[in-house]
Amino acid sequence: MQELIQAVQNSQTFLSGLSEAALAIIFFVLFGLVFATVAAVCALVFVYLERKISAHMQDRLGPMEVNTGIPLLKNIGHGWAQTLADAFKLLLKEDIVPNAADRRLHLIAPFILFCAVIAAFSVMPFGEKLVVSDMNIGVFFVLAITSFSVIGVILAGWASNNKWSLLGGMRSAAQIVSYEIPSGLVVLVIVMQVGSLRFNDIVMAQAGGILHWHIFQFFPLNLIAFIISFLATLAEANRAPFDLPEAESELTAGFATEYSGFKWAIFYLSEYANMFLIGIFLSALFLGGWTSPFGSLFGGFFDKPGWQPVWIILKAVAIIFLQMWLRWTLPRLRVDQLMYTSWKVLTPFAFVTIFGVGLWMLF
Amino acid sequence: MEKIIAVLFMFAVSALLALIFFTLNRLLGPRKESVVKSVPFETGRAPITLPTHRMSIKFYMIAILFVLFDVEMIFFYPWAVVFRKLGILGLIEMGIFILVLFLGLVYAWKKGALEWE
Repeated sequence: MQELIQAVQNSQTFLSGLSEAALAIIFFVLFGLVFATVAAVCALVFVYLERKISAHMQDRLGPMEVNTGIPLLKNIGHGWAQTLADAFKLLLKEDIVPNAADRRLHLIAPFILFCAVIAAFSVMPFGEKLVVSDMNIGVFFVLAITSFSVIGVILAGWASNNKWSLLGGMRSAAQIVSYEIPSGLVVLVIVMQVGSLRFNDIVMAQAGGILHWHIFQFFPLNLIAFIISFLATLAEANRAPFDLPEAESELTAGFATEYSGFKWAIFYLSEYANMFLIGIFLSALFLGGWTSPFGSLFGGFFDKPGWQPVWIILKAVAIIFLQMWLRWTLPRLRVDQLMYTSWKVLTPFAFVTIFGVGLWMLF
Repeated sequence: MEKIIAVLFMFAVSALLALIFFTLNRLLGPRKESVVKSVPFETGRAPITLPTHRMSIKFYMIAILFVLFDVEMIFFYPWAVVFRKLGILGLIEMGIFILVLFLGLVYAWKKGALEWE
């Protein structure tokens, strides 16, 4: 950030006359806007991907019709504009608030959820320099800020004043809270190895190709850590097979039952933005982040800075594909199985991996 | 400092983004209030009772366990960062800590706090 401001001040454009503080504010707003928009647009793309992937897994075609009249994009086909059309449709829908609902809390809840997810993107390393805020407590910050989503969810359930919503909200809170323990613990395995909570330090510790990725170090401890982390974050995002809070066959739509219009769309968007967040988070911790999998092969061509966002987004998309694959493969768990998995399987295993890695590092 | 300000700006921008779309929705969407529409949804019939029942004790057990474990988890973070410097002593100390924590988990387990049935 400091270098950017210096560079602009030294340049001969109309911006060079501005003070440092003004430039800093301009950059903050620009960075924030770009990252938030990228996250939201990616969420839209993932909704489309999910519909297409689920369709092809079930031998269907999925959305095929919706298209735009824009000259160059007219012939792409495969219903690529479906989610755009859905988003516009939701903008034109009535925003219904039931009589019994607490109007203020009903309004705030989706905002809290959305802000918590999008704000977590501010420490995500899309490249060595492509971070809004490269904090030295990045990993901890992500865990702290994503916990905010519990408040949004339980508030949505409470404020709707509806039985389905309340049950869904309570279930969701219990689930997110339970799975936060293993997901928070297992991250420590990586932090111990790197000795830093900064995302860029963690990613740079894995530079030099696919064999240096954390997932392949300390075999099989880090692999177990990755699996625990993947499952726990999957549950925290309320994704199938852990989608009990919105189990449509028992709870209508869970905490989102009384939401309509764009408030509902915000819930939906934050779910997919959360998936993207998890993808980036896991690939930074375990899959080498923005470093290239080829290392110095091909004369270091893929190690150039321009490739960094491409690599990390590709890895994130791979993890998201895995999440979608699981959703369309496994049936939903029961509540008692869900709690069993978190407290009696993942948490003890997380403790064991931490202790095992500690022993391995010393001896 | 600037790193924290950047995060605050990110918060503000995301809230702004959501707010813009929400106001657009308010402006573009129809507003037709009706009595039936604003009744809380409940299998298609008018609800007889309010949803402010007593919730099951299980949720409270999970909440208490979470507070316990989450607070303990915080202590792991600074330890993990300086783990290499602490060496064997740090591992032994944290081993004792994990043991105590694990005993707590076993106690909750044996007491049936983790049973959902």
